[in-house]
Amino acid sequence: MEVHTIIDVHNVNFYYGRTKALTDITMSFRKNMVTALIGPSGCGKSTLLRLLNRMNDLIDGTRVEGEILFEGKDIYAANVDPVEIRKKIGMVFQKPNPFPKTIYSNITYGPDLIWSKNKNELDELVENSLKQAVLWDEVKDILNKSAMTLSGGQQQRLCIARALAMKPDILLMDEPTSALDPISTAKIEELIEELKKNYTIIIVTHNMQQAARVSDETAFFYLGKLIEYDKTEKIFTKPDVRQTEDYITGRFG
Amino acid sequence: MNRHTKEKFIKYILFLIALVSVIVLGLIVFSLFREGLPIFKKIGLADFLLGLEWYPTSEPPLFGILPLIVGSLIVTLISTIIAVPLGVLSAIYIAEIAPAVLKEIFKSIIELLAGLPSVVLGFFGMIVVAPWLQETFDLPTGLNIINASAILAIMAIPTISSISEDALYAVPREFKEASYALGATKFETIIRVILPSALSGVSTAVILGMSRAIGETMVVLMVAGGAAAIPESLFDSVRPMTASIAAEMGEAPYRSAHYSALFATGIVLFFLALVFNMIADYVSNKYKQVGSATL
Repeated sequence: MEVHTIIDVHNVNFYYGRTKALTDITMSFRKNMVTALIGPSGCGKSTLLRLLNRMNDLIDGTRVEGEILFEGKDIYAANVDPVEIRKKIGMVFQKPNPFPKTIYSNITYGPDLIWSKNKNELDELVENSLKQAVLWDEVKDILNKSAMTLSGGQQQRLCIARALAMKPDILLMDEPTSALDPISTAKIEELIEELKKNYTIIIVTHNMQQAARVSDETAFFYLGKLIEYDKTEKIFTKPDVRQTEDYITGRFG
Repeated sequence: MNRHTKEKFIKYILFLIALVSVIVLGLIVFSLFREGLPIFKKIGLADFLLGLEWYPTSEPPLFGILPLIVGSLIVTLISTIIAVPLGVLSAIYIAEIAPAVLKEIFKSIIELLAGLPSVVLGFFGMIVVAPWLQETFDLPTGLNIINASAILAIMAIPTISSISEDALYAVPREFKEASYALGATKFETIIRVILPSALSGVSTAVILGMSRAIGETMVVLMVAGGAAAIPESLFDSVRPMTASIAAEMGEAPYRSAHYSALFATGIVLFFLALVFNMIADYVSNKYKQVGSATL
C-alpha cells in the first residue's frame, strides 16, 4: 500500500484570512487511481484540490499549516518553486478555459515554455495529446483555428489535452463536467477511465453518480473536515459514518 | 397618467435630451465649416494644406499650414513614443504585480496627474524644463519639440495607463489560472496571455492618448516655441495647429481671410481627431477577444 502512495497529506489546516477552510486533513492519494472528492458546497474539497498544485498561492491572504508530500517531498517547503510543482501536477478547471489562441498553440503553450521548440517534436506532441484526450479526429483539420470556435465539451477536452501535453504525474480535475451537457460529460468520463492507466487523477465532483462511476476511492468532506475516505464501492454501499450515508442518499447537501 | 403613457413620456424625454447633445455638436461642426470654408475662395486646398509659409499678417498674407500640421504631428508622435511605454508598463505593474497597498497609492497619484490643469504643466515646462534644456544642450531656446513632447507625454500617461489598466483587469481570471496551472511564471503569463488578451483595450488606450495630445492647446502654446517652420531637429521650435489658433484668433479681424484660415485649421484638426477616434474604434473591435468558453 505504502509503495503506491503519490501524495501524502499530513495534518493540513488552511485559512482564507481568518476563516479556516480545512481542518486537520490527513490522507494519502494512491498512484494510478482515480480519487473522487465529494461533499456539499463550501466543504473544502476544491480548496484541498488547489492546495495540491499550489494554486491557492495565487490568492492573497491564504495560509497553510501541515505538510503535503509529493513523492516524499514537502511541496510547501521553503525551497520549493510552485512553478515546478505545477509542471508535474496538471489541472483542469470547472469552466473550460482554453486560451483565445489556435488549438495548436493551446497545446504547445506549456511545452513551449520549458522544452525545445523543435517543430516536429511539437507536432507530434500536439497529435499525441489530442489523441489521448480523444479530440484528434474532431480537430485534426482545424488545428490553426481559434480554440474559441469549439463547443464547450470539445473545449474541455482541449483543456485536458493541454494539461496532458506537459506530461504530468497527476491530473487534478475541479468539477470538470459541471458546465457540460450529458453527452460531453459521458465522453469526459470515458476519457478519465482511459487516462487512469497512465496518470493519477484526483477529481472534485458534485455529481454523486459520477463519483461512483469513475473513481476507485472516494473521500467525503463536510465543513472543512475529512469525514470518511475509503474504496468508492464501500462509501456508496456501506459507509461507516452516518453523515456520509445521509449525504449520499440525498438527505442533506 | 397610466403606466403606459408614463413609460412613453419618459422615453421621449430621454430621446429629446440625447438629441440636444447631438444637435449642439452638429451646430458646432456646421459653424466651423461656415467660418472656415470661405478661405478656399482665396486659396486652393492644396496651397492651404501643403503651403510652407504661414504669414497671415504680411502683405499679401500667406496661409500655408503644412508647418503647423507637421508641428502638431511631430509633438504628438514623440509624446506617444515617450508615453506609451511608461503608461502601459505602469498599468501592467498596477494591475498585475503591485501589492494591494502600493496599487492604491500608484493609482491615486496617476489619477491626480490626470487632474493637473494643463496650464500648470505648461508653466512647469517654461520655468523648469526649458532653462534646463537650454543650458544642458546649449540651445538658443528651451521651448521646442522635445520640451512640448515631454510635457504632452506627462498629460497622456494617465489616459493611457488607466484605460490599459481597465483592459488588463478585464482579462478573465480563467486565462491566468490556466497559464499558471501549466507551470508558467508570472512574467510568462503577463507576456503570453494577459497582454495579448488585453491588446484591443491597450491599443485603444494608446490612440486615445494620442488624440489627447494632438488636441492639447495650452501646453504647446506655452512650451513649443511657436515657430511656424518645418523643424529640422528635435530641438527646433514648432507651432502646432492648436497653438496657432489660440494665439491668433484674438487678433484676427472678424471674418477676415486670417480668421477663416484659422477656422479652416480647426477643420483639419477636427478631421485628424476624427481619424484617431475611428482608428481607436476599429482597433478595439478588430482585436476584440471572444470571452472564455461559451457553451
